Amino acid sequence: MMPIYILRRLGYAVLILLGVSFITYLLLYMIPADPARQLAGRSATAETVANIRAQLGLDLPFYQQYFHYLMNLIQGDLGRSYIQRTEVSALISSRLGPTMELMAWGIGFELLIGVSLGMLAAIKRNTAIDRFLMALSFVGVSSPHFIASMLFLYLFAVNLDWFPLGGYGEFEHVLLPALTLGLLGSGWYSRMVRSSMIEVLEQDFIRTARSKGLTRLRVLFRHVLPNAIVPVIPMIGIDIGIFIGGLVVVESVFGWPGLGQLAWQAIQRVDIPVIVGVTMISAVAIVIANLIADLLVPLVDPRIELDKS
Amino acid sequence: MKRPLLSVEKLSIEFGQGSESKRVVDDLSFTLNPSETLCIAGESGSGKSLSALAIMGLLPKMARVPEGVILFHDEDLVGLSERRLQHLRGREIGMIFQEPMTSLNPTMRIGDQMLETVRRHKLATGAGAHKHIRDMLEAVKIPRAGDRVRQYPHELSGGLRQRVMIAMAMLCQPQILIADEPTTALDVTIQAQILDLIRELQAEFKTAVLMITHDMGVVAEMADKVVVMNQGVVEETADIRKIFTSPDAEYTRKLLAAVPRLGTAPTRVPQVFGEPVLEVSNLRVRYPMKSQGLFAPAREVMAVEDISFTLHQGETLGIVGESGCGKSTTGRALMNMVDFEGDVRVMGTNIRGLKGAALKKQRQDIQMVFQDPYAALNPRKNIAELVGEPLLIHRRGTAAERERRVAQLLAQVGLPEADAMTRYPHQFSGGQRQRICIARALALNPRIIVADEPVSALDVSVQAQVLDLLEELQKDYELSYLFISHDMAVVERLCHRVAVMYSGRIMEIGSRDQVLRNPRHPYTKRLLAAVPVPALDRKLTPAPLDETEAPNPIKAKGHVPPAVRYEQPEEGHFVAVSV
Repeated sequence: MMPIYILRRLGYAVLILLGVSFITYLLLYMIPADPARQLAGRSATAETVANIRAQLGLDLPFYQQYFHYLMNLIQGDLGRSYIQRTEVSALISSRLGPTMELMAWGIGFELLIGVSLGMLAAIKRNTAIDRFLMALSFVGVSSPHFIASMLFLYLFAVNLDWFPLGGYGEFEHVLLPALTLGLLGSGWYSRMVRSSMIEVLEQDFIRTARSKGLTRLRVLFRHVLPNAIVPVIPMIGIDIGIFIGGLVVVESVFGWPGLGQLAWQAIQRVDIPVIVGVTMISAVAIVIANLIADLLVPLVDPRIELDKS
Repeated sequence: MKRPLLSVEKLSIEFGQGSESKRVVDDLSFTLNPSETLCIAGESGSGKSLSALAIMGLLPKMARVPEGVILFHDEDLVGLSERRLQHLRGREIGMIFQEPMTSLNPTMRIGDQMLETVRRHKLATGAGAHKHIRDMLEAVKIPRAGDRVRQYPHELSGGLRQRVMIAMAMLCQPQILIADEPTTALDVTIQAQILDLIRELQAEFKTAVLMITHDMGVVAEMADKVVVMNQGVVEETADIRKIFTSPDAEYTRKLLAAVPRLGTAPTRVPQVFGEPVLEVSNLRVRYPMKSQGLFAPAREVMAVEDISFTLHQGETLGIVGESGCGKSTTGRALMNMVDFEGDVRVMGTNIRGLKGAALKKQRQDIQMVFQDPYAALNPRKNIAELVGEPLLIHRRGTAAERERRVAQLLAQVGLPEADAMTRYPHQFSGGQRQRICIARALALNPRIIVADEPVSALDVSVQAQVLDLLEELQKDYELSYLFISHDMAVVERLCHRVAVMYSGRIMEIGSRDQVLRNPRHPYTKRLLAAVPVPALDRKLTPAPLDETEAPNPIKAKGHVPPAVRYEQPEEGHFVAVSV
């Protein structure tokens, strides 16, 4: 059952990636920025620009450019960066490690903060605590990453000096960017966990658990939480896309040498192969995260079968 | 004098604070002795379940106890610390609930849920704990107990789940077992077994049982003492014999009179009915199921298998059977709400495959009333819109004419108040809502009404009124009813003919007196024997637990089941014979 399910999901993944590559390529083709002019510099003659354009194959019609890219992609070739003149795959692999590290911490904080605040709000529902937490989560979901990152950087790193200003390497470096991602992303989860918990708290089996004489904590963690978390798990997969959007900004603000920063720099200089490469990697991450999330659900709730698409 | 185990004195329960507060239980007192069974009987809103929760210290947050004491040994359970209550719950006082389908944690294995209780109250550890669980599962007669501990609740039937609940509540051999409507959600044959089991465990462990029920049949079956409650007030407290022979309270008398009793309806002289209005032949409904793998064969659920019957003008045909027997699916097929094979002729027209305008036209002749009057009415529409909707859909008359028709319909179903039209469903009681549903079904002057458990969600006193209404309407308009029900006593009261379904087939069909008074098929006999009778000294003798639950209805696509032959022991009485 499960291998067939995974194979089918991976089949869909190929189609998704094909679509993502096409749309990204098309959008980049249509934007008014001209990579050749960017490369040639301000003072370059029209002839130099045309030369560079021909060199990069940018003078070809769109379908030829895309087809060319696709053929290379199938062979595992993501192309070369226009600016850095190195393989995109090499650029990506050198940045993948730091990004994974930041993502792991970020998602960890996001879930830790989101789930605990959601639980607290559900237990204290319709009290001042609940209303305060929900207001807070609303601020969280609606704050733009670039403002929040800079605010946190100024407040906690510059003024209070609790964290380093930026950089990479030590554990202390990852904390502030990860907390920023976690705090901003947690609003989503706390709201979801809250409503899901409230629903489960009303269920008959919670009354049964209490009638057995179990302590409140035991009822909460053994009976309420596992059932309340079930609808939240698939959301983690869906949230990855939004999370990566925030990652690009946070990495750039904190000078984190990851894929987000790479993407940010590439966008500024219209480095098309790098942009498409990073987009493809993100799409792969989203697809895998969703698959893992969907595989996890039946482990928590045995009633759910994988096949129910 | 021996002191009672539990003594509730002048207990009151209120919802809300101050002047807004509403008293839902007022001045409740009773005592419970070891090994005794006390039933708290009452209709919905009587406060019986809340009283049970108060004893467990499990009242909802909004509720409070302004007065009264609940003495268990020498301790007052009212206002006891949560810590102390946790110590008593499950250990000294166990509880089982109405809904076995939702009362177990779906994400935990049966064994783990039971183990929790054992560990919490330090009954045993390690292998001893596991053995204790298996022993208790065997004590409640769960077959293959060793396998069950590894299963999840959804893998068990409702009856088995209620057994698990009982086993879990009895793990610590509590002094009191509180059972809140423990068999209401179960089929009668399962109910008889569960009641018997509770009695047996009670004798073995000397447990006192506090049983909450609305069913006077269950009261007669189980109780030593009875507390009759109504609207939060005790109407009467007496021993079982007095309740059933010479009750003091007017309310108790009314309650007992309203309960339909199987076997008490007067014998009917055979009636001659009009033309056939509904002819069903070889009806078959199968639901497709997802196959289990890429190459696994397609499967189907055999919901209804090759059934035939005829309904005449002015006649009521009852379809009885336990859950999953296909009775509701049959009703849905007649309404053309599911795909089916075979012929269904409504007023001579075959409705199979009808679509669009033809289907709409056909629905004028056959209408449906559903079980749950709370869910069957759109809460955002007022009564005039709800009852007038069929007229609007079928473009009958002008707005003024439709309004007159709605007023007339409401008067017919006993809701003549002028302001009823502009009110909304939530402003009506359950019985009134079912009247509204009936009015809606009558709007187009149908010839046939399919009523799927129309009184099952209602209290007995209201049930009787709705049944009276159905009979009156039948007389006035020569309506034909297909009355789907699990309740044999209600079927006996209302129906002219009865069909007994089991596993998608009709086992026995004939006149009411033929089927219910002179049953031929073993299944009909078993079903009738399991119905508790609200009278003294008629205790059930449940059939021994046989694990041969209904045959698995999931079959490979295209499966042809063996044909069923019918014998005719008397005119109009057909009994299935397996071949």
